[in-house]
Amino acid sequence: MTVIVLKTEHLNKVYSLGSLFRRVKIHALDDVNLEVMSDQPVIISLVGESGSGKTTLAKVLLRVVQPNSGGAIVYDRVVAGNGALVDRSAFLKTVQPIFQNPFEAFSSYRPVDAYLETTAMRINGFSRAESVEMVREALSAVGLKYADVHGKYPNQFSGGELQRVSVARALIPRPKIIIADEPVSMIDASMRMNVVNLFLSLKNDYKTSFLYITHDLATAYYISDYVAVMYRGCIVEFGLAKDVLASPLHPYTRLLLDSIPSVRVKWDRSRYAHSDLETKEFQFVGCKFYNRCPLAQEVCAHQRPPAVLKENGRNVYCHFA
Amino acid sequence: MIRINNLVATYTTVRGTVTAVDQVNIEIPEGITLGIAGESGCGKTTLLKVLYGDVGFPLAIRGGAVEYGMVGDQNEEITTQNIQKYWFRRIAYIPQGSMSSLNPVVRIRSQFLDYLRTGGEQKRKLEEAREYVKSLGLPPEVLDAYPHQLSGGMRQRVMVAMASFLNPDIILADEPTTALDVVVQKGILLLLMDLQEKMKSTILFVSHDMGVHYQIAHKMFIMYAAKGLEYGNSEEVFSHPLHPYTRLLIDSLPAIGDTNLRRGVSGHPPSLWDTLVGCRFADRCPYATNECRTHEPILREVRPGHFAACHFSERFL
Repeated sequence: MTVIVLKTEHLNKVYSLGSLFRRVKIHALDDVNLEVMSDQPVIISLVGESGSGKTTLAKVLLRVVQPNSGGAIVYDRVVAGNGALVDRSAFLKTVQPIFQNPFEAFSSYRPVDAYLETTAMRINGFSRAESVEMVREALSAVGLKYADVHGKYPNQFSGGELQRVSVARALIPRPKIIIADEPVSMIDASMRMNVVNLFLSLKNDYKTSFLYITHDLATAYYISDYVAVMYRGCIVEFGLAKDVLASPLHPYTRLLLDSIPSVRVKWDRSRYAHSDLETKEFQFVGCKFYNRCPLAQEVCAHQRPPAVLKENGRNVYCHFA
Repeated sequence: MIRINNLVATYTTVRGTVTAVDQVNIEIPEGITLGIAGESGCGKTTLLKVLYGDVGFPLAIRGGAVEYGMVGDQNEEITTQNIQKYWFRRIAYIPQGSMSSLNPVVRIRSQFLDYLRTGGEQKRKLEEAREYVKSLGLPPEVLDAYPHQLSGGMRQRVMVAMASFLNPDIILADEPTTALDVVVQKGILLLLMDLQEKMKSTILFVSHDMGVHYQIAHKMFIMYAAKGLEYGNSEEVFSHPLHPYTRLLIDSLPAIGDTNLRRGVSGHPPSLWDTLVGCRFADRCPYATNECRTHEPILREVRPGHFAACHFSERFL
């Protein structure tokens, strides 16, 4: 049965910066429209550089931030905007988070398995004995042994192991989708693939979908089904991961791909446009990328590029797509 | 030429001392970018700290020395003991967390000119700083901003500008791009590469990302559990790695257009608290034999100019 995995409609979020008199408005989410329908679990990647609104979108989906307008639907439940779901435990059984830095996610004064147990008791409503069983199972799903984790504090783990524990915690309520905000950026490159492979196996074994927020396009290509590229609060390109990352149509997606430090090809050092102050770029009326875009023309400065629909439901927001 | 001779650096803690850099022995030619790679906790940052002369309790040098091959203002030899006088002028440091290095309540321009005492000189130097910042492709307004008004990438570019403003001979960069995204990272790396070519400084660049090293480094030094494992020209290290660890590091990176199953390096490095016998990588090495577990391989020249610490490097030739 096909369900709405993730849908946002005209989602807007404005933050204000500066003093009372010199206020600057930042559109962290600027009319974001996304739609993913599927009958299978999917991994959706949200890529873009820092300050592109990725985390704000994740926070709206996690109901940490209220959008100024628009709405969001996750697995047929309205999570933001009009008619948003009020039942907290039903929400937590649908959406669960994993954060960037596992050492900040867990308190260093509390054994980590206590977090897992409380999750099982509070959200699933299990007794203590049942929840220990649940914790054991969740830990084995991420390749850890209960005996190795029980009673230990965060400083006794490496970053990769602790990130697995936080994946195990997120798995306990059996959520439909896990929102992972830069889950591997704090982990050593040599350990990253272990966490990324874990997402793939959980998608297959536990039928869990992921919203994988990252700036690492290589891992995004490796695991995702869909990818959405964001820049300064706007979606610039969305579609099947293999389409978007193998043949990018938006100049920003191309810039992202060119910036990956590969071990095979050296960079072409002549073409690189540095960004200006973000606060300035957020104020652009037309395409937010026009000051760095190699294709930019007069029209880009004044007019917001419309969504151009391509094959396989792909959307490109560019005048020259 | 910077010569690191049998350097041993330790940390003193309540549990005893732990050796974070253990008999590192390399020669770094002048005017190149040296990439230092390895996992967290392998001693990369400690090595940089020693080179910067930032040695104080709990860190101590227990053996060996660093020869910088530079003479100071009074024609004296510069050593780890007196290099502090030459910070910023001869040797500069770009730290990892730019937010925690810049003072949040002082404008960038005052931090830029912190080293000057008199007001008149400051005015003139400020103009120079503005020109310099512009020449590095930064918007000149950044000098008037407070650190929190800038993004992480912009702050890190300010750090690079500050470190290079006085044209130092040596720049030490400790994971300057780790917390940043790829586009900003590329901007900073290109900036460093341009600076290096223009000023002919020696840059020591620490990162755990082999892709970054491939782009920027002329020579590579791989560290693992306080030891040096491989040292050589970057092209050779990447095309023919002589140590299995280097090989695994390079192969663990995924690439666009390639969805073959990739594995990270499994297991984790040995604890430096334990008494370590034999090769420190043996437990994770696919080629390990009994000899590896009992005899420690030393860093030796396997090919001209290409060093590796492995008993079986010849099989990778």
